[in-house]
Amino acid sequence: MNVESKQHTNENSAAWTGAPWKDPSQSPFIEIQSLHKRFGDFTAVDNISLDIYRGELFAILGGSGCGKSTLLRMLAGLEAPSAGRILIDGVDVTELPPYDRPVNMMFQSYAVFPHMTVEKNIAYGLRKSRVAPAEIESRVREMLELVQLTNLEQRKPNQLSGGQLQRVALARALIKRPKVLLLDEPLAALDKKLREQTQFELMNLQDQLGTTFVVVTHDQEEAMTLATRIAVMDEGRFIQIGTPSEVYEYPRNFFVADFFGNINIFDATVISSEPGFIAVELGASGTRIRIQHGGVIDAGAAVMIGVRPEKLLISKDKPTDDRYTVTRGVVEDLAYYGNRSIYRVRSQEGRIIQVSAQNSQRSVELAMEWDDEVYLSWDSSSSVVLQK
Amino acid sequence: MTGAIRHGAAGRLWRTTVITLPYAWLLLFFLVPFAIVFKISFADPIVAQPPFTPFFDWAESSPRRLLATFDNYLFLLEDKLYWVSYLRSIRIAFISTLLCLLLGYPMAYGIARARPPWRSLLLMLVILPFWTSFLLRVYAWIVMLGKHGVVNNALLSVGFIDGPLQMLYTDAAVYLGIVYTYIPFMILPLYASLEKLDQNLHDAAMDLGATPWKVFTDITLPLSMPGVIAGSLLVFIPALGEFVIPSLLGGIDSLMIGRTLYDEFFVNRDWPLASAVATVLLFILILPIMLFQRYQQGEES
Repeated sequence: MNVESKQHTNENSAAWTGAPWKDPSQSPFIEIQSLHKRFGDFTAVDNISLDIYRGELFAILGGSGCGKSTLLRMLAGLEAPSAGRILIDGVDVTELPPYDRPVNMMFQSYAVFPHMTVEKNIAYGLRKSRVAPAEIESRVREMLELVQLTNLEQRKPNQLSGGQLQRVALARALIKRPKVLLLDEPLAALDKKLREQTQFELMNLQDQLGTTFVVVTHDQEEAMTLATRIAVMDEGRFIQIGTPSEVYEYPRNFFVADFFGNINIFDATVISSEPGFIAVELGASGTRIRIQHGGVIDAGAAVMIGVRPEKLLISKDKPTDDRYTVTRGVVEDLAYYGNRSIYRVRSQEGRIIQVSAQNSQRSVELAMEWDDEVYLSWDSSSSVVLQK
Repeated sequence: MTGAIRHGAAGRLWRTTVITLPYAWLLLFFLVPFAIVFKISFADPIVAQPPFTPFFDWAESSPRRLLATFDNYLFLLEDKLYWVSYLRSIRIAFISTLLCLLLGYPMAYGIARARPPWRSLLLMLVILPFWTSFLLRVYAWIVMLGKHGVVNNALLSVGFIDGPLQMLYTDAAVYLGIVYTYIPFMILPLYASLEKLDQNLHDAAMDLGATPWKVFTDITLPLSMPGVIAGSLLVFIPALGEFVIPSLLGGIDSLMIGRTLYDEFFVNRDWPLASAVATVLLFILILPIMLFQRYQQGEES
């Protein structure tokens, strides 16, 4: 899509200041207030409150059945909440039917109308709002150009590829210039290569239009690359809300840590707790470390220390620098990926620790082999305390 | 399916059999009998066994003389009775089809949108009448609609009417009988096309600003057209030639072509004329079938 030039950026995105959720002078664009949704005995959405700001690309991330799609459908008006309110741009839309909401949605299966041409599909929303035919025509043309479907406007959906269908669905949802665009698993139906490309296109498009996007996905990578903020959802509740780097680097608990890629867990005991920091002793090696931590945990409590595989250093010799926390283990398995290698090390505690190491030196010889005794070390600031 | 996986001679044989069997059936039980009827329609009626003249004159004259005659078809054109019967049949079949569609569409839609355990129960109820004889069910309507029938008695006892209504032996009774009998043939294909309709299309249209009625006319109805057409043909075709229902429920003047045909054949014993009536009926039916095929081809391209 034509996005290299950011001069197209309209006044909407001028409101984008980087991190409006941290700015107390900003008022939220979408306000979700204690929203509930029950289906019989089953609670799909359990008392969710959330503020989303103008121009955000907000991702709701969770496994299947966590309630994320129900939440999105409630924003679209396709599902009525059991309790709670939804405000968009200061207007309470809770009671509004979907066809009266300033919101459009891109469906997971795209839901492109099979009996209409590309052009008719894209124009559909404007036709329903009784926009003048001449304007419909020019805006359809504009959209076709934006999503690069010019020359395909007379095709029927069954003559299009998956990527092209996705663009039709996107154009159709954007043509009414909604205040909020909802995207349900926008990339799930695309193959890997197309996903990566489309991911960047979506981000650029959002930047260009300044529309507030709310994306629902089960794919952490998709959420991380697309979103300004991510809400991790499980069993109808938000577990953690933060920027991609916040949820990746400072996961609140094991669920979040595990959702965003691999994390190695070390058992530890709290020795002392002081404001901002706690001191722990690692279970097996007895190494003591200080870790930044917001809360207060009583001495003697058992905690989990999490370290991402790429934050671990693997070496045959013991690192001398005393900034490092060290434990030992034996290489049980290794996988060479070219740019990096993944080592699976059995630690003294008997856990399997995964280490991802950049192969920054060109070498045919592997630095570490199977059954080598190795030292694993990490900067204490790289580890995070996870509550059990 | 299995045929496609099998290889070699056995597979080919299997495939040939599967394709040949229905065609052989149609050839033997439709095309051959029709050819016979078609042939008889060009004969003259005689008092003999069989009651029509042969196609060729086998007697002394050689070369053989063709005895075919268009008299029967000309007679159909001349006598107003046949025109009236055909047109009445077409009208009754058309209105019945429309009524079936209007009644059957909401029913099929309701079944398709019902929760799965309900769905199979409701479908069962649609098919259930087939478990009793068709003739019995039509006779039951006589009991219901008669002068001292269930409906009249009920209305009288409630006091809605002062004297019994004439319901039996009217056109309304014929419509009722046809709609009642053939509505499952409308509901089932409609259900099949509505059931596979993606609910997301409905949601997407509504999300783009379509009110529920607009969603129906823009999305649901056009996408269920194959079901509408299949159901309409399944009702229209048998209704057009319907004989039992107009005979039992219709008045003496409710002439439908099926009854005219019956009278020609059994009462007048004019087999050639009856054959001509049947042949013309078939050609009337071919028209909507061909239109349907053209529609289907249009959909595919």
